[in-house]
Amino acid sequence: MREENKTQVIVVGGGPAGISCAVTIARAGKEVVLIERGKFSGSKNVFGGAIYAQPTREIFPDFEQSAPLERRNIEHKFALLGEDDGTVISYRKNETVSYSVIRGKFDRWMAEQAEKEGVILVEETVVKDLILENGCVIGVKTEIEDYYADIVVLADGVNSLLAKQIGLRGDLKPQDVALSVKEVIKLPEEVINDRFHVNSDEGCIYEIFGGPMSEMLGLGFMYTNKNSVSIGLGVALNELVEKSLRPYDLLDKLKQHPQIAPLIKGGELLEYSAHLIPEGGYKKIPAIVSNGVMVCGDAAMLVNNMHWEGTNLAMISGKLAAETAIIALGKGDYTAQSLSRYQEMLENSFIIKDLRTYKDLMGAIADRKTEFLGYYLKKINSFFEMFTSVDSIPKRQKYHKFIKSIFTDRKISDLFKDMWTIVKLLWSILVK
Amino acid sequence: MSDLENKLYTVKYTPDVKSHLQPVQECCRVCNSRVCTIICPAAVYEWDETAKKLIVNYENCLECGACRIACESCSLGWEYPKGTKGVTFKQG
Repeated sequence: MREENKTQVIVVGGGPAGISCAVTIARAGKEVVLIERGKFSGSKNVFGGAIYAQPTREIFPDFEQSAPLERRNIEHKFALLGEDDGTVISYRKNETVSYSVIRGKFDRWMAEQAEKEGVILVEETVVKDLILENGCVIGVKTEIEDYYADIVVLADGVNSLLAKQIGLRGDLKPQDVALSVKEVIKLPEEVINDRFHVNSDEGCIYEIFGGPMSEMLGLGFMYTNKNSVSIGLGVALNELVEKSLRPYDLLDKLKQHPQIAPLIKGGELLEYSAHLIPEGGYKKIPAIVSNGVMVCGDAAMLVNNMHWEGTNLAMISGKLAAETAIIALGKGDYTAQSLSRYQEMLENSFIIKDLRTYKDLMGAIADRKTEFLGYYLKKINSFFEMFTSVDSIPKRQKYHKFIKSIFTDRKISDLFKDMWTIVKLLWSILVK
Repeated sequence: MSDLENKLYTVKYTPDVKSHLQPVQECCRVCNSRVCTIICPAAVYEWDETAKKLIVNYENCLECGACRIACESCSLGWEYPKGTKGVTFKQG
């Protein structure tokens, strides 16, 4: 039985990390089984979202020719929302860094490509447990039968019950994740083009701060698809818990904000969804290697929340795990020591380097969220309100009043605390 | 229909006959916050005050996992639905 159900590598989870890992292993001529719990890859996945061109090319060099892509993003807008006003900073360049995609189509396409290249894809199958022997992972238990492998790769997503089961990580805390809710709203292509000032193949991304998420560790987002707009927000789970907030109420408020409402007006809701985002960052990366097993993607907490990057970290971590697996298979050595090459490669890549760069960011912002995600957003808006107002009051008088308010709105000590936080943060990001 | 019901109406489900979410009712009875009834994006959990019981509308679960992490007593039994069951996102 054990010999019949034995393969070289089992990858658990058919998302970007798992597919990238599996296809890289298959290309090396090794036997790999990819197990996905959904009806098809992408059917349990939710993101903003956009996939990134360069990292995706590393896995599928010609993906731009045949993958189901929605729009190539040429504009990034940063919306800083007050209660009923907003300031939008936008950067536009006709250069393709990312594409908006629908995961149910894109992940499925990736999985089909992987199958064509030799990956054995098993859908609609949940891995319930890992099989251990002498402290080494030697296979997986599904609902139906047991499968054995030399190496098991866990790419089972943010909840990674399997990594927890074998003690690679403890339980997640509410402050380690953001709960994200999203709506995909159908709108005619022409309407999207007009409202977002783009041509038919071009897209626009909104990153939204403040508004209903004022003073909270949370971020809103909007992405344009061909015939729909994805709008959503993610808020640290501990914020929702502490403030007793329902995530969909916040999203409804965001949709009603005067800066956002006209963009989605008249649209028809295609689908509502929810997902967790790993937000723990560098300090919460679990053990990612043990005897016979490696962990990739969201399961390893590999998300750079400062830059909205996740799928790229997933893909590249999957690829690095695959390269390690190929060498380990060549040597016939599946010990933690042999697989630790994956850890080294991750640490030498942008993945861990970037997460380390921002290791203090979330903590610092969380400590002063009332200021950085509340007060200053309102202040930026009140500056522009002052600057654009025409009311027969002399300008100098208005400037003086505004500047004075910076020192009198709050205790002076708060201003110094903010500046100190910024200096410390910049130091940690740029220097060490 | 409430706003949330309208939202959930757009989601495709293949419900199982048995819940994949198993609260420990003794813990729920003494729970201070019953935070699952608030933070769940699909309002899966409802507290029935007369029966002193947590009602679980598991058919609506979006499988995000927030309730498991937020559960005050960390007692919520949470697993993925069977491979053929649960939510199928088409627009994720």
